[in-house]
Amino acid sequence: MKDILLEIKNLHASVEGKEILKGVNLTVREGEVHAIMGPNGSGKSTLSEVLAGNPVFTVTEGSVDFHGVNLLELPPENRAHEGLFLSFQYPVEIPGVSMVNFMRAAVNAKRKYLGEQPIGAGDFLKMMRQKRAIVELDNKLASRSVNEGFSGGEKKRNEIFQMAVLEPRLSILDETDSGLDIDALRVVAGGVNALKSENNATIVITHYQRLLDYIKPDIVHILYKGRIVHTGGPELALELEERGYDWIKQQIDQE
Amino acid sequence: MDSSLKQYLDLYDANKELVNTNSAGVLNVCREQARELLDGMTLPNRRTADYEKSPIGEWFAPDRGVNLARVAIPVNLAATLRCGVPNMTPLQAFVVNDEFTASRNNSFPAGVTMMSLRRAAEEYPELVARYYGKIAAMTPMRALNDLLAQDGVFIHIAKDVILERPLQLINILSAPFSLTVTRRVLIVLEENSQLQLLTCDHTQDQTHDYLINQTVEVAMGRNARFDLCEIEESSMNTTRVSSVTVDQAENSEFGLTSVTLTCGKTRNDYVVNLRGTNAVATLNGMAINSDNRHVDNCTHVNHLAPRCRSNQLFKYVVDDDSSGVFEGEILVTEQAPFTEAYQTNRNIIASPSARMHATPRLLIYNDDVKCSHGATTGQLDNDALFYMQTRGIPAADARVMLMQAFMVDVIDNVKIDGLRDRLRHLVDRRFAGENFCDGCNLQSKNQ
Repeated sequence: MKDILLEIKNLHASVEGKEILKGVNLTVREGEVHAIMGPNGSGKSTLSEVLAGNPVFTVTEGSVDFHGVNLLELPPENRAHEGLFLSFQYPVEIPGVSMVNFMRAAVNAKRKYLGEQPIGAGDFLKMMRQKRAIVELDNKLASRSVNEGFSGGEKKRNEIFQMAVLEPRLSILDETDSGLDIDALRVVAGGVNALKSENNATIVITHYQRLLDYIKPDIVHILYKGRIVHTGGPELALELEERGYDWIKQQIDQE
Repeated sequence: MDSSLKQYLDLYDANKELVNTNSAGVLNVCREQARELLDGMTLPNRRTADYEKSPIGEWFAPDRGVNLARVAIPVNLAATLRCGVPNMTPLQAFVVNDEFTASRNNSFPAGVTMMSLRRAAEEYPELVARYYGKIAAMTPMRALNDLLAQDGVFIHIAKDVILERPLQLINILSAPFSLTVTRRVLIVLEENSQLQLLTCDHTQDQTHDYLINQTVEVAMGRNARFDLCEIEESSMNTTRVSSVTVDQAENSEFGLTSVTLTCGKTRNDYVVNLRGTNAVATLNGMAINSDNRHVDNCTHVNHLAPRCRSNQLFKYVVDDDSSGVFEGEILVTEQAPFTEAYQTNRNIIASPSARMHATPRLLIYNDDVKCSHGATTGQLDNDALFYMQTRGIPAADARVMLMQAFMVDVIDNVKIDGLRDRLRHLVDRRFAGENFCDGCNLQSKNQ
């Protein structure tokens, strides 16, 4: 069996005094693709933001081990340097900061963290070109401000482009399929699949089965009321697609 | 009579001869009228409208000394200052306190005059007298400037002359003691002429207190075009009170970029009088404020004729214990139908103890107008900060990038080629905590 990449134990987190995560346990091994599904408001996005280190949330209990590193004590930027990547459900627009400067700052920050020299201008442009091709991202977008005026599909492609540049060990894709047409979905999923390797892992957070037609999960979890209440194989996603979430809600609410 | 003002009046009364001997007739004839007016005036204090946060009277109170006898202050310009802006080859001149020195290797094209105001008043008394004191409104600071101004700068662009290269004035406050400086600038653009002017204000050292009371008057003829960029990089011990008043004839176009990179206490007044039809004025400004510095920009855009357009954009970042003030006024008179006038003020408060005061104001006495104004003050976008951090950009760097990005549109509006890149670079450095232009060895001594 492959090595454990991420181990979440009894994770509790709250925002403004309201507890959202109520004891999440999850183990992700290298090479695996996990899907986390669940009804709206169950805590899926909170889980991804807590892992990425959004200061809005307070972790009240539990631990997160990321290949031997205590993730929860790191600032967000160091979590990124350690190999964590979050593809946002709603990527943020940053007027006035060009994509090129943004990515150069990101790449060089990581190199600095690893004790390496800043990337040369030629190498950087070459890398940008190569990585753009993976998600068919238009060169024009690279010269614009980060996400500003991007369509929904372009924003999601841009997320996967950044993922390609940063080469994370664990990628969390939060509702990457929302707001995408079929063609964009194919491109985005194709990008994610192209970046898959034996040594990295992916957590796909999604409400619908649709994305999982393109990104095949090994393990599917159902998050409900801040806990993972059910875990199964790919067939679980299909079952949810067919039966909806009501049966699982009933089952849990009765307990 | 406040004692702050009185000391200057007493000084003048006791030294009239000295003041006049060391200046020129055109300037001298205005002094007595100013002296009379000042008897009935007080310098603005905290209860004066538009000056609540900039009590000029308090600023003028310290007795810093005035160089009425014009004792030579030795400054070796070559040794202390070099200024290079890549991709820009301006015709340079230096102004040390109020004394003008042209760069030796400059030769101005025909129809272009840039010289000492005192000398101009001696050589072209009629021309100077036609405009001197005729443009700026009579405020106490203007009157005090009339009273004590002995020299400064005169720029004249003759009819139909289009100056291809920008002019650059490097203004230096310098003295081996504290000093109050009165500087007067008169700029005349005749019909169809064009001028781009960059002014850079510096302080020579950190140890002495300087006060500069500057009055700038600009007359623009029909179809004239004037782009002015003022960059201030002065020391914490510098107090600057400056007013720029522009009179625009029909079809003229005025563009301002006001940049305060560093200062002590600064009050800038920008008054634009749109006197002829179809005149256009664009005012852009930015202030980057930290420590306990104070920047106050006050604009008055007066629409006095039909079909004029004006647009104002002022942005501030206030950090640490600094304070920023913006008073922006658009006046549309009955005589100005079909006016278009816009004003935007956006501010970021980057620390809990920084302060920002914004007073946008629209006075419209006409129905046929398109006008808008808006002021927003907020903090850096936390969502953007977190997003950048998740990509590995450290929080401190992300903050700097967001503050730089905030100023981008002001920089993009700069009309002088070559200056945009330089300004971007200066702003980046300022936010990154590395003060001052590295094209100049003067500022490395500044804080």
